[in-house]
Amino acid sequence: MRRLVTDTLIIAERNLLRLPRAPELLIGFTIQPIMFVLLFRYVFGGAIQTPGYSYVDYLIPGIIVQNTAFGGFATALGLNEDVRKGLIDRFRSLPMSRAAVLGGRTLSDIATNTLSITILLITGVIIGFSFQTSFPEAIAGVGLLLLFGYSFSWFLAFIGLLAKSSETVNSIGFIAVFPLTFISSAFVPVESMPAGLRAFAEVNPFTIIVDAIRHLWLGAPAGNNVWGSIVWSLVIIAVFAPLAVARYRRAAGR
Amino acid sequence: MTDQAIEIEGLVKHFGDVRALDGVDLLAEQGQVLGLLGPNGAGKTTLVRVLATLIKPDAGTARVLDFDVQHDAAALREQIGLAGQYAAVDENLTGLENLTMVGRLYGEPRRSAKARGMELLERFDLLDAASRPTKTYSGGMRRRLDLAAALVARPPVLFLDEPTTGLDPRSRLSLWAVIEGLVAEGTTVLLTTQYLEEADRLADTIAVIDHGRLIAEGTSDQLKDRLGGERLEVRLEDGADPHLAVAVLSAMADEPATVEDGLVRLSVRERHGVIAEAVRRLSDADLGVEDLALRRPTLDDVFLALTGHVAEEHADQEEEQAA
Ligand SMILES: Nc1ncnc2c1ncn2[C@@H]1O[C@H](COP(=O)(O)OP(=O)(O)OP(=O)(O)O)[C@@H](O)[C@H]1O
Ligand SMILES: [Mg+2]
Repeated sequence: MRRLVTDTLIIAERNLLRLPRAPELLIGFTIQPIMFVLLFRYVFGGAIQTPGYSYVDYLIPGIIVQNTAFGGFATALGLNEDVRKGLIDRFRSLPMSRAAVLGGRTLSDIATNTLSITILLITGVIIGFSFQTSFPEAIAGVGLLLLFGYSFSWFLAFIGLLAKSSETVNSIGFIAVFPLTFISSAFVPVESMPAGLRAFAEVNPFTIIVDAIRHLWLGAPAGNNVWGSIVWSLVIIAVFAPLAVARYRRAAGR
Repeated sequence: MTDQAIEIEGLVKHFGDVRALDGVDLLAEQGQVLGLLGPNGAGKTTLVRVLATLIKPDAGTARVLDFDVQHDAAALREQIGLAGQYAAVDENLTGLENLTMVGRLYGEPRRSAKARGMELLERFDLLDAASRPTKTYSGGMRRRLDLAAALVARPPVLFLDEPTTGLDPRSRLSLWAVIEGLVAEGTTVLLTTQYLEEADRLADTIAVIDHGRLIAEGTSDQLKDRLGGERLEVRLEDGADPHLAVAVLSAMADEPATVEDGLVRLSVRERHGVIAEAVRRLSDADLGVEDLALRRPTLDDVFLALTGHVAEEHADQEEEQAA
């Protein structure tokens, strides 16, 4: 157990050390989401009706949730590279904890997500976003985001171990995750969608988590969204953590 | 506890229809170098991966230092170092960070892991590059770093999968010296290689495998003896007909001579008088000789004879399947 903790920290440290040296990833965490915030706010914002909220208030929780989900791609791409480059073989031949490579990966996503949430919130505040709730509620929102991002990291860890190449990882991101985040309440009210899409959007976990964050940051009606988000996060972890670990045990190098 | 460091019995590993290991038995004593020789796809890497606890065999047993690779895998990992066929280093970490990370994952505190890392970087001539990300390293430098990573915990058993592939001659020589040094300290080494010279120089025992099966085993000398006799090699002057040379020389041995790239080769039983007789026969036939030599068979000859034979058998099987 002590081994699990220290090894996980060693791997997490390694992932974070790499970060400044692989600028593509860092740009993905920082510049790209800022660009999206600005595009949505100033290009689409004028055309989207969000009753009860200014668009920038409506947008920031949605775009931060989307970005937090994508934070886990560092895990997917990183693990995929480790398998392809044979680094996983090295780790698996060491007397280290079996769960530490995955644990360290997902843990370092929490650090990078904290960074990008901070950057996006600062950007948001600069262009007019403001919290409508108390400080503890705002912090609880960040905590919930990190939990949700953490669960998504486990899903993406599994994908990263399964995929044959980094291109596959990227296409899964664009074909599966990207639309999923859009068919939700992240950018537009679900009421504005056609019936079929709207039915899907209403049960989409992304809608639930986005609405939960809007509750915690803007005082939107709570519904079951906060609890729903926690349950969704735990379910995703419960399903994908064992799958990813099983896959890791068998992961073959080249 | 036996003094066998590696004991392999009836090891089988399939990948779909491919029998990567097809019943391998092998022993290596402590402090020995076991050289695993075989053509591409023979199953060398698969064997190393089973021994390094990376994959589970389908049948048979393998024990390293009396630890079963399946049942005592966790304990075994404390005892082994692995340098896989492809350098497994983190490209975005520096050389020192890579080695420090490995040391810490073996349970060393950061400080001593770092000190050990510096020591190894010096040993592998990488000190100048210690604080550069390894993506700036050349292929040979990565290879050496990977090997250094395998040595971090001073493991009593080392698995090296083609350790000198991609190294220049100077690095290869220095690596051989490192391996010899480790063996002198009592380390058991299993190394796979494509270079017969390497097996000849380093290995106490050589195991030749092909299609997942052990086809020969012994010291370098024992393997060479199996081919029997000496090799006579004749290079004719330009314009001389090699086939005529084959005709006049073949009477000297049990098997006919062969020609390859203008070099006429003949296996002879007795060394005595061979050169004189060959020269006499060739000059009787009016064939000009440029160079003529008698030499012991090399491991190259052994390898070709052994794997060439197996390849024929394999071709037969494929014909049967096609029929
Ligand atoms: N993970 C795998 N999945 C499917 N087939 C595999 C796998 N690993 C190895 N094989 C097959 O098993 C056989 C033995 O492969 P192995 O890598 O052990 O050979 P090798 O002796 O190391 O060859 P080389 O000299 O090319 O490295 C080959 O036919 C190979 O295609
Ligand atoms: Mg190989």
